Amino acid sequence: MSSHFLLLLVFALFVSIVFAVLLRDDARSQLRFGGLLFGAFVLSAILLGWLMYPFPL
Amino acid sequence: MRVREATVERAQGANPALVCLAAWAVPGLGHLWFRRRFKGLVFLIVLPLMFGTGLWLEGQLFPFELSQPLVALAALADVGIGVTYLAAKALGYGGGNVVAITYEYGNAFLIVAGLLNLLVVIDAWDIALGRK
Repeated sequence: MSSHFLLLLVFALFVSIVFAVLLRDDARSQLRFGGLLFGAFVLSAILLGWLMYPFPL
Repeated sequence: MRVREATVERAQGANPALVCLAAWAVPGLGHLWFRRRFKGLVFLIVLPLMFGTGLWLEGQLFPFELSQPLVALAALADVGIGVTYLAAKALGYGGGNVVAITYEYGNAFLIVAGLLNLLVVIDAWDIALGRK
């Protein structure tokens, strides 16, 4: 597996699940918080990726 | 609510240090101890899976190299996953492949899995003291 984006999704999924279950008690708020966290991970990674686009390696 | 009351009752008889040791050794065991089955099972499945993914991605289990503080801190984070770390070391996994394209990803998975388990241990500590 060498797709950076896929690895990012897997990482975000694991971390979101653990934080959602750790910080929320009922299933509904766990799902909501986990989804929010996962979305924030992915969106911020895409945003940061675009912000870094003009800079050479 | 009933689970909370039962947990408080159980927490009164539990040794918090022993709970933390169990929670560190096996991710989720601290929560299972207090009958928080769903949380315990999620930690028991997700954290070792994350650690295993890190090994599969050819990440490295860092040595306790005190002359290199960042390496020592990474090693400390790796150990956070408990018995899974010891088993991986004993079986010869975690050598790391620096030239693999997934090496840094693997390290991130290994380190974060250990750190997340330490947060789970702190949560178990709070439950053992009756704070949650």
